[in-house]
Amino acid sequence: MTDLSLMMEQALARRISKEEALFLYKNAELAALGCLAHARRMAMHSTPIVTYIIDRNINYTNICISGCKFCAYYAAPSSECQGHSKQRPFLLSKEELAQKIRETLKLEGRQILLQGGLHPDLPLSYYEDMLSFIKREFPEIHCHAFSPPEIVHLAKLSHLDIQTVLKRLISAGLDSIPGGGAEILVDRVRERIAPRKATAKEWLEVMETAHGLGLKTTATMMFGHIETLEERMEHLQVLRDLQDRTHGFTAFIPWTFQPQNTALDVQPATAHEYLRTLAISRLFLDNIPNIQASWVTQGPKMAQISLFFGANDFGSTMIEENVVAAAGVSHRLSEQEIQRLIKNAGFEPRRRRMDYTLL
Amino acid sequence: MNTILKQAGLHDIYAKIEAGERISAEDAERLYASPFLPLIGWLASRVRERINGKKTWYIYNQHINYSNVCTNLCKFCAFGKEKGAPLSYEMSIEEIVSRIRERKDEPITEVHIVGGLHPDLPYNYYLEMLRAIKRERPEIHIQAFTCVEIAHIAKIGGKSIEDTLKDLVEAGLGSIPGGGAEVFSPRIRERLCPNKLPGKDWIEVAKTAHKMGIHTNATMLYGHIETIQERIEHLMALREAQDETKGFLCFIPLAFHSKNTQLEGISQTDGVDDLKTIAISRLVLDNFPHIKAYWVMLGQKVAQIALSFGADDLDGTILEEKITHMAGAETAQAMSRAEIERLIRNAGFEPVERDTLYRPV
Repeated sequence: MTDLSLMMEQALARRISKEEALFLYKNAELAALGCLAHARRMAMHSTPIVTYIIDRNINYTNICISGCKFCAYYAAPSSECQGHSKQRPFLLSKEELAQKIRETLKLEGRQILLQGGLHPDLPLSYYEDMLSFIKREFPEIHCHAFSPPEIVHLAKLSHLDIQTVLKRLISAGLDSIPGGGAEILVDRVRERIAPRKATAKEWLEVMETAHGLGLKTTATMMFGHIETLEERMEHLQVLRDLQDRTHGFTAFIPWTFQPQNTALDVQPATAHEYLRTLAISRLFLDNIPNIQASWVTQGPKMAQISLFFGANDFGSTMIEENVVAAAGVSHRLSEQEIQRLIKNAGFEPRRRRMDYTLL
Repeated sequence: MNTILKQAGLHDIYAKIEAGERISAEDAERLYASPFLPLIGWLASRVRERINGKKTWYIYNQHINYSNVCTNLCKFCAFGKEKGAPLSYEMSIEEIVSRIRERKDEPITEVHIVGGLHPDLPYNYYLEMLRAIKRERPEIHIQAFTCVEIAHIAKIGGKSIEDTLKDLVEAGLGSIPGGGAEVFSPRIRERLCPNKLPGKDWIEVAKTAHKMGIHTNATMLYGHIETIQERIEHLMALREAQDETKGFLCFIPLAFHSKNTQLEGISQTDGVDDLKTIAISRLVLDNFPHIKAYWVMLGQKVAQIALSFGADDLDGTILEEKITHMAGAETAQAMSRAEIERLIRNAGFEPVERDTLYRPV
C-alpha cells in the first residue's frame, strides 16, 4: 500500500494531524478527497438533509479603523487617511435598522447577522442600546452579532476585559457570535494583511470566553491570499484545539478571498483549491458538526457541488450582502433557488436556526 | 476507496473499469442515480488517466458565426433568426476574411466556423469562404460546418454528402465540429427541433466524413426536456458509431442555457448534473480520445472541477463567441492563455496547447 492510500484509509478511521492533512491536501486527487469528505459528512449527518437559514446580513457601519488590506468594504474614519478604499462612510440609524429587520421578518427570517467596522468613537453603550432596541422592537429576532475583532475593539475602547464586554452585550440581547474576522489565525499573516485587527490569540480568547458564557459561535477562514498551506492547516488546528475544550462552535465557514478593489494584488483561489480546502476541513475538524458552503464567493453551481465535498449547510439567504459584493463578486439566491439546488443534489432542504436545530 | 466503493454499491462498475471492460447502459443509469458524486468523478478519472494521463488540452482558436439566419429555428436556440428579421445578419466573404486578417498576428491555429441554415446562400458561398480564409491564412486549420450544416449545404448544391464533403475539403475544410447532435432521440427532436436533421442522419454524415478521413467531434445538448435514458441512448449511439469508424476526436456535453429561447424559464443546469454528465460521458465513451469541458457554457469554476471528473480539454481562448452568450451565458468572452494554464496547473494537471487534431503546438 502506498503512503497515500494508507493515509486515505486512516483519514476515515481516526483523527488526522495537521501534517497528515497537509499531505492529503498536496497528494490526494480532488475526487478522492471528495469521497473521503463526503463519507465523513454522511457519517456525521446520516440523514440526507442540507440546512440553510433565512437571515439578513446587516452591516451597521462601514467606518473602520482597521483598514485591512484584503477589505474593499471599509471607509476610513477621516478622509486624510483614506487608504485603498473608495467607499463612502455610513452609520445606520435605528429607523434604517428597524426597516431592514421588518423586511427580514416579512421574508420569514428570524435572525440577523449584525456586523460592522471598528468604529473609532462609538461607546459600548451604543452597542448595548442597538441590541436592546432590536430586542424591544422585535423580540422574536435572534441577534447573531459582533465578530471577535469588534468585541476586542470594544473592550479596548471601553477599557474593560472581554468577559465583561460580552456579559454586558449578552444582557442587552446578544444571542450568538459570528465567526468573522478570523481570516487566517496566524499572526505572521495578520501582521501583513490586518495589522490593526485582533490577533489570533485575541480572536480565540473571545470565542473561548463566549463559549464559557454559554454562547454558540461559528468560525470562518478566509483563504487564498498570502497564507501558506501550512498556515491554513495551523488555522484548522487552533480551531480544533479550542473546540476540544469548549464545544461551542456550531459551524465552520471557509471562503475564498476576493481581491478586486482591495490592496492585495493576488490571483483569487480557484474552485479546485476551494473544494480541496473544504474537504480537508471536513476531515480535520472532526469536532465541529457543520460545514457551510459559500455560495456568496463560489456561486450557486459550486455551492451545490460543495455538498459533496464536506459541506452540509447552504449558509444563509443573506437578503443583502455588501462586503463580498464590494470586492466585485455578486451572486444572488432566493430561498426557492437554494431549495431547488439542494433538492436537485439529492438532499432534503431544511430551514434551521443559528444553533442548527431544524425549523 | 474499496470501502467507499462497496458502500456506494459501485464496486462492480469499478471492477469493469479496471479490467478495461465496457460499462453498459444500465451501469450508466446506476451512475446517474448514485448520490455519491465524487466517487463518479473518481471512477471517470481512472479512464481519463488511462487515456490522457495528466494532460489537459486547450486550443488557441478563433470563432466565426457567419450567419444567424436559420430555417430550423429550434426551440432551444437563442441565436437563429428568420431571414429579414431584426438582428438577423449574414457576413460577406470579405467580412469573414477581414475578421481573419484582424487577428493575423495572433498565434491562432484553428478557425471554428458554424452558422444557421441559411435558405439561399449558394453552395459556392461555403466553398469560397473556405478558399478565401486559406488564401488569407494558409496554415490555419478550418474546423467548420456541423453535420446539420453539411447536410443543408449538400441539399443546396444538389449533391450527395460525400461529394459535398469532397468539395469542401478541396476548398480548405480540415475537420467538422460536433454541433447539431443535440439529443438524438426522435421524441426530443420532434418536440424541440422538428425541422432539424434526424439523429440517425447526423450520425451518417459523421460516419461518411470519418470514412473519408475527416475527423469530427460530437456534442450533446443536455438540461432541457430530455430524460436520463435519452442521454444514455445518445451516448450509446455515439459509442457504437465510433467503434465502426474511429473518426470522433472529442465529445462535448453542452449545458443548455434557456434565456432568450422558446424554452426560457428552464433553470440553468446544476453543477452536480454538469459534473455527472462529464464523468458518465467519460465512462461510457471509452473509445473517444477526448472529453471537453466547454468553459464558455459551464463557467470557469465548474470547467476546472470537470478536469477531476473525466474531462481533459478546456477548449480555448475564444473571442466573439455568440451562440451561448445570446442565450444568457454570463461567462467572460475570452480567457487568456495564462489564465487557462493557471486553472489547469492549479487543478494538478499539465496544460498542453494543441492544434485541432490534438497535436501539441
